[in-house]
Amino acid sequence: MNAQLRAGRVQVGLPTWIYVPAIIGALFVCVPLLGMLLEIDWTRFIPLVTSPSSRTALLLSLKTAAASTVLCVLIGVPMALVLARVRFRGQSALRALVLLPLVLPPVVGGIALLYTFGRQGLLGHEFGALGIRIAFSTTAVVLAQTFVSLPFLVVTLEGALRSAGGDYESVAATLGARPTTVLRRVTVPLVLPGVVSGAVLAFARSLGEFGATLTFAGSLPGVTRTLPLEIYLQRETDPNAAIALSLLLVVAAALVVTTLGGRRLAGAL
Amino acid sequence: MKHVRWTVTAALVAAAIVAGCAPPHTASNSGSSAASGTGPITVFAAASLKSTFTALGAEFEKNNPGSHVTFSFAGSSDLVTQLTGGAPADVFASADTANMTKAVNAGLVSGDPVDFASNTLTIVTAGGNPKNIHSFADLARPGTLVAVCAPQVPCGAATKKVEAATGVTLSPVSEESSVTDVLGKVVSGQADAGLVYVTDAAGAGAGVSTVPFPESSGAVNTYPIVVLKDSKNPATAQNFVDLVRGPDGRKTLAAAGFAVP
Repeated sequence: MNAQLRAGRVQVGLPTWIYVPAIIGALFVCVPLLGMLLEIDWTRFIPLVTSPSSRTALLLSLKTAAASTVLCVLIGVPMALVLARVRFRGQSALRALVLLPLVLPPVVGGIALLYTFGRQGLLGHEFGALGIRIAFSTTAVVLAQTFVSLPFLVVTLEGALRSAGGDYESVAATLGARPTTVLRRVTVPLVLPGVVSGAVLAFARSLGEFGATLTFAGSLPGVTRTLPLEIYLQRETDPNAAIALSLLLVVAAALVVTTLGGRRLAGAL
Repeated sequence: MKHVRWTVTAALVAAAIVAGCAPPHTASNSGSSAASGTGPITVFAAASLKSTFTALGAEFEKNNPGSHVTFSFAGSSDLVTQLTGGAPADVFASADTANMTKAVNAGLVSGDPVDFASNTLTIVTAGGNPKNIHSFADLARPGTLVAVCAPQVPCGAATKKVEAATGVTLSPVSEESSVTDVLGKVVSGQADAGLVYVTDAAGAGAGVSTVPFPESSGAVNTYPIVVLKDSKNPATAQNFVDLVRGPDGRKTLAAAGFAVP
């Protein structure tokens, strides 16, 4: 049906009334951002976002989000490859499980991590025996961020792998290339834009992580208090500082969306 | 068929509207109800008052047939923000004087706030106190993981006061944004000890052990309550405040660990 329309180049206009809810929807997204912008105390903006506590939180956020993005790429790329290129029993169930954090409330993710890596958790005793304390450490923040961001990379890359298809890989294999060579010389270069999109999305999601971090990692300046946690705390005493810091995260999110291009993002997801 | 469905929908909508209108109607029809202290009220109360106020609300409804109390429990500063933003409420009970002062300065209250309870800090540890913590100074021992409230929130401000009074500086592993998060870290075994309010410790049950310390008297948190200016039902609101301040309120609050201000 769709293909026919495209082939015949039949242009079907939208009914005029559809613009009304569409514009309301656009306003619904834009007006709250405008509302926040108008509340910003611009005379204090620079001192507020460059205060020591803000800088510490921003730096920690950037460091942990970068670390979790690297982790996401290291384990997410192989996951996407397995899901897209191998057929096995229970594949759809596995995919659903891997994507679960995408729709799970982050606080639930935090609780799950707590009872896995926490001191009383499933693996906590093993880590404790090795002298590793994950609770209240920057590692806990990175784990929480990786947990919630991983599905973004896997979904993006799996989609890219499926739309790229396996033809070039088959050709390379018939020419005698070993699986590792095919992966390195054909597959990865082919879907590199998908890896980049997925990594940027994962980075953005990590930067905004709040619920799982608060539940699992705690909140200490320079160790576990990332920018969203700092905003949440500042709100208690200095709403102006909270708004100014919020703008930083809005700008970061806007940069991600514009560098990736909204269209490509939509295609990837 | 389509027509029938529309009619059914219209009937349901009409029924919903009528039902929705019913409570205010009965309230205004009984005329003197507002003066005699019935009708619906909304109480904005600090999160730490949840169990006591829920019990007092049920008692109030029983003693005043025709009244109905709805609660909104949250952090005191969140509640002030909501009230300033125009949230409709009849009574505000804050966990500290700072947030009540904010409400007073914003012109939200009617009359003067009155203190009805006070709360002090206590140490909570994992059940059975495995780390042998017996004093405030023990919290500063190396290797003890302590969770506290951040200085920005009332329980954290109280913690700072105790630190100043005792001369003991803690190096906490986490500064949480709410007292329930501190308790959660101790209950889940992530932290060895935490500083929470006496009432939070009392509500936590057998999972934690409580270690009272004398220096806590240096940082007493006072809970004020007030009727709000925009109350639609000020007489009922005042009756609720009177119940909280009266002997029944005193008994319920004391059972939960609150002290007399």
